[in-house]
Amino acid sequence: MFLFLTRRLLIAVPTILLISIFVFALQKLLPGDPLLVLAGEERDPQVLELLREKYRLNDPLAVQYFTWVTNALQGDLGISLRTNQPVSELILQKLPVTLQLAAMSMVFALTIGVPAGILSAYKKGSLTDYIANVVALSGLSIPNFWLGIMLILLVSVKWQLLPASGYVPLSEDFGQSLRTMLMPSFVLGTALAATMMRHTRSAMLSVLSADYVRTARAKGLRERRVVLKHAFRNALTPIVTLTALLFGELVAGAVLTEQIFTIPGFGKLVVDAVFNRDYAVVQGIVLVTAVGFIFMNLLADAMYYILNPRLRGQ
Amino acid sequence: MSSDHCPPSERPAGTAPADILRLTDFKLRFRGQSVATVNGVSLTVSAGEILCIVGESGCGKSVTAMSVMGLLPKGTSDVLSGDLSFMGKTYDLRRQNLPPHLRGNQIAMIFQEPMTSLNPAFSVGDQIAESVLQHQGGTRAEAMQRARDLLVKVGISAPDQRLKEYPYQLSGGMRQRVMIAIALANDPKLLIADEPTTALDVTIQAQILDLIDELRRDTGMGTMMITHDLGVVAEIADNVAVMYGGEIVEYGPVREIFANPQHPYTIGLMSAMPRLDRPGGRLAIVPGSVPAIENMPSGCRFRTRCAFANERCTERPLPKAAGSGHHATCHFAPLEDHIRVQA
Ligand SMILES: Nc1ncnc2c1ncn2[C@@H]1O[C@H](COP(=O)(O)OP(=O)(O)OP(=O)(O)O)[C@@H](O)[C@H]1O
Ligand SMILES: [Mg+2]
Repeated sequence: MFLFLTRRLLIAVPTILLISIFVFALQKLLPGDPLLVLAGEERDPQVLELLREKYRLNDPLAVQYFTWVTNALQGDLGISLRTNQPVSELILQKLPVTLQLAAMSMVFALTIGVPAGILSAYKKGSLTDYIANVVALSGLSIPNFWLGIMLILLVSVKWQLLPASGYVPLSEDFGQSLRTMLMPSFVLGTALAATMMRHTRSAMLSVLSADYVRTARAKGLRERRVVLKHAFRNALTPIVTLTALLFGELVAGAVLTEQIFTIPGFGKLVVDAVFNRDYAVVQGIVLVTAVGFIFMNLLADAMYYILNPRLRGQ
Repeated sequence: MSSDHCPPSERPAGTAPADILRLTDFKLRFRGQSVATVNGVSLTVSAGEILCIVGESGCGKSVTAMSVMGLLPKGTSDVLSGDLSFMGKTYDLRRQNLPPHLRGNQIAMIFQEPMTSLNPAFSVGDQIAESVLQHQGGTRAEAMQRARDLLVKVGISAPDQRLKEYPYQLSGGMRQRVMIAIALANDPKLLIADEPTTALDVTIQAQILDLIDELRRDTGMGTMMITHDLGVVAEIADNVAVMYGGEIVEYGPVREIFANPQHPYTIGLMSAMPRLDRPGGRLAIVPGSVPAIENMPSGCRFRTRCAFANERCTERPLPKAAGSGHHATCHFAPLEDHIRVQA
């Protein structure tokens, strides 16, 4: 296990390094001077020069990059050009919000998508399969923002069952926190459930015709056990991969949904930072996201390891 | 083929102890086809007997075996007729399959593909014990102990270690032994073996056959074995069913079939076959190929490839007795009078 993960880490480290260079370079190449944002109405060349010095924007690029990376390694992602807050602090504030949203969405995606995928693969060609596919396609085609707004109008405004927006930290009021996140994570989760269902379906279809499934039936096992144990166990790998990928995308991409439900999460931070050319924040976010992705991949790798006896044996 | 092609009453006393399995006039048609793929198959397996089913690829051997097990995928075929008697109880296959509690319990099956027939995600011990637990209950530890005994029985050394191993750690021959261990988990009355040795090399093949032979002698288990290999038939079979185009064209004791084949198709199979004392030949090539199911000729299904065919053969032949327990479904059978003289 240790060796296996070490090998994966050996891939992860250069990947992160590459991403950091890429992020850094791209930022520098973009047109427009962030100082102008920072300086506001101020256009005095001397003041601008002073600010440049302060933020060390005159150093050679290599030095700037090196400083940024070494600081980042120590958890210092720089200071937001706009709010003067440490970037790491900004991120740490917003990240848990989005992680909660992503996790709850994933619960929806998995609890809807996986059983639906298993069922439609098992009943391939039947009415159940057909309905599941139509629903999944609708789920994929209906834009999140529309579903979100409809839910707000119905559930919050009309029936007044759930709050329409906002955020309550888990630590403050556990129940209320889950309640406020319920609709946004449902919106995100159902869209992912469709993807999840389709991948589960195709993974299940290929294992359901496997010889070992026939063997399981020849043993006289109940269908339930044949499908859920013998087949599903072998369809898990693609599902784990997808879960890891989707989770990463959720964290990075929940922007629109967070906007609709006015959740003060990562997405809002990203949008604000990009529009304000807040370099340090954008860089920090991209780096954290990238590391998060890679971490999810490592987690998926660890899952493969657990799932695959052959890997375990090595 | 008539439905009572091999009634037990016709069998000489002594060769037929209790019938374990009797399949009568089994006809099956796949959906979307107009011709039955299996067209009236009848066969019996009695205690301790090994019945070998031989015939070219696609003649319906596996479909018949899977139907007996109730393993054909649902909704892809229709049973047109067929009664299955097992241990004295009769099931009408048009309406019901073998009850699931018998499957893997009193009737067990092993397959041609040992490399893929075990689940890669579970250990050998788990997979054998599961079969024990399903039908006998008891604790996991007891089932594991039973699994260990079974591994010993099928000739696997270091059973304690093997129990913990996964299929990828085993050779093809080992895996087939594990499959046999799973099949034997509940002391079945009938073993269906669908080309159990085709994928294995010759020495392993001989060992597996010896194992099956030994088991039927020790336990009185009946065996229905599908094979392409006439050498295997010569070595192990008591009775042989020769299939062509979804029908049994000849059926009888192994010596009769080899020494005195009655159906032109059987004769074709035998012509390149080494003598009984020198087995090992593969199925000889009969000129031509099996017509696609939709192009099966009326009357005798073999007539398009038969050297002796004449206009009589457009009528469906009935099985004719050609010796004790020996039938051939051919207008020319028994052959003595016509063909022996010519040959
Ligand atoms: N699901 C299916 N739908 C349509 N036709 C099928 C289906 N399964 C099998 N068949 C056809 O039924 C015929 C008999 O197949 P079967 O597998 O019983 O042959 P076999 O005698 O076992 O051959 P082999 O020696 O190659 O194993 C074949 O022509 C095959 O194409
Ligand atoms: Mg076959």
